[in-house]
Amino acid sequence: MKFLRKKLDQIAPLFEKGGKFEKLYPVFEAADSFLYTPAHRTQSGPHVRDVIDLKRMMTMVVIALLPCILWSFFNNGYQAMLADSSYGLAASDPISMDVILQASWIGFRVFLPIYVVTLAAGGAVEGLFATVRKHEINEGFLVTSMLFPLIVPASIPLWQVAIGIIFGTLIGKEVFGGTGMNILNPALTGRLFLFIAYPAQISGEVWTLLPKDPALMVDGHTGATALADFYTNGAAAIQHMNWMDAFLGLTPGSLAETSTLACLIGALILIGSGVGSWRIMLGSFLGMVGMSFLLNSMAPSPDHYMAVPWNWHLVVGGFAFGTVFMATDPVSAAQTETGKWIYGVLIGVLTVLVRVLNPAYPEGMMLAIIFMNVFAPTIDYYVVKANIKRREKRLGIQ
Amino acid sequence: MELLNLFLKATFIENMALAFFLGMCSFLAVSKKVDTALGLGVAVIFVLGITTPLNNLIYTYLLKEGALTWLLGEKAATIDLEFLTFIAFIATIAAVVQIVEMAIDKFSPALYGALGVFLPLIAVNCAILGGALFMVQREYDLAESTVFGIGAGTGFALAIVALAAIREKMKYSNVPHGLRGLGITFITAGLMAMGFMIFGGIQL
Repeated sequence: MKFLRKKLDQIAPLFEKGGKFEKLYPVFEAADSFLYTPAHRTQSGPHVRDVIDLKRMMTMVVIALLPCILWSFFNNGYQAMLADSSYGLAASDPISMDVILQASWIGFRVFLPIYVVTLAAGGAVEGLFATVRKHEINEGFLVTSMLFPLIVPASIPLWQVAIGIIFGTLIGKEVFGGTGMNILNPALTGRLFLFIAYPAQISGEVWTLLPKDPALMVDGHTGATALADFYTNGAAAIQHMNWMDAFLGLTPGSLAETSTLACLIGALILIGSGVGSWRIMLGSFLGMVGMSFLLNSMAPSPDHYMAVPWNWHLVVGGFAFGTVFMATDPVSAAQTETGKWIYGVLIGVLTVLVRVLNPAYPEGMMLAIIFMNVFAPTIDYYVVKANIKRREKRLGIQ
Repeated sequence: MELLNLFLKATFIENMALAFFLGMCSFLAVSKKVDTALGLGVAVIFVLGITTPLNNLIYTYLLKEGALTWLLGEKAATIDLEFLTFIAFIATIAAVVQIVEMAIDKFSPALYGALGVFLPLIAVNCAILGGALFMVQREYDLAESTVFGIGAGTGFALAIVALAAIREKMKYSNVPHGLRGLGITFITAGLMAMGFMIFGGIQL
């Protein structure tokens, strides 16, 4: 590693002021601070003596994402193997070590190109802005580029990945001034753009990587998600689904959203390290449970979609992933403590509302988070205002 | 229940500002501060809530084909004054806006000053005329048009307050020079409209 440090120091003058590649300094700086702790110190106050900075925070999110990522390798490979008769694997077979390794390898080969394209396309936009506007390439992009590949379907064309992440970084973040100033979650903005512009590739039965040769398709294989199943069959669909499978994530879905268990581990890491807000996560959970009970009580028949109980809403679709990693984005979420509760609860409520009552979309998590991102500043504004009023009252000014 | 559904539909699903992009001039111009935006929002609720039912009455009893029979008897069944719809609606709206303007001037001079020229401009706010024209197109009765007017106004108020809160937060953002001001506001409004798609498709 010393060699690398030496090499970096050696080429550093080229990028500093007056150097040959002065314009490309942000790119060099990004590579340097990605590899090593930067040597510079904060120039002006306030000085907080703490090891936590943007880099540590973002690294924490990536660590919290690891269980989801690892699970996505296995599950996407596993779903592809189930769909392809040449593997001779049935859903009822016990999962052996060989299957896990083989599946993980297939899943890794699904994930890698998507991730590389995301990094290249999004990184180009980020690097361009950093170079022209002379700000640093931020670690925020590391998280965005990590989250984005995890919320797209396995069969997505790579050019769409590129368009999605470019829209997300450009319109979702850079035009607002870069990391920390965006109003919507950049990764979700990119996905929402794809969802609106190319609905055929991001909804319906696109969640499994199907064999190229149609003859190899397993008879009767359906790549439908649990949500699509609920949509067509209502609560009756529960009878032919296994809750444990859905909880572990052995179901088709966006790359890393299927496993509620992996998301729970991620949630523990985020809450334990203080990076993610437990108020938002708990609020979203409570909102979802409350709305499920409300709809349960209004359900016209026990087989209607309205009758789907909360524990199913928890494990299907992107609810867990969105709650843990998307809703808690510290920039686009509400900032005040009371605001976080309101923001979280409404995300949970809206998600269930859209799933059950909006026939246009099978899943509501993405739209619920974007919608609440839009209203987060309003919530904050009125929470702060109420606070001021309360204090004025206490001091007897009013 | 029907009326509640209509209210929710007018507020969220068919949001005047973010689904139809009506009333953009005041939506973009008076959204710099939350308090002013709220003031304008309430004024729009008020004006829409009054003019839509008022225009409904005018349309049903004066302008529609055969509407004058209650006054002139059977011989008026062929009279069709629908060509006067626009001018009649605009005149009603302008009159109501004038009254609202005087009321705000009297009761809240600060808000009157903050709203400035945009208060009289409500008279030509397309959201208001749009409300009246939707009412005609969808054949609402008096109760429905009242609820629709208030609902559409609430939707507009909600959208403009949200935009104002975002813009207040964005004051600290380092937006590229060419986009500062209206440019970034347009982009924000577009992203907000993407968020409002959450309700598109709900059947009430």
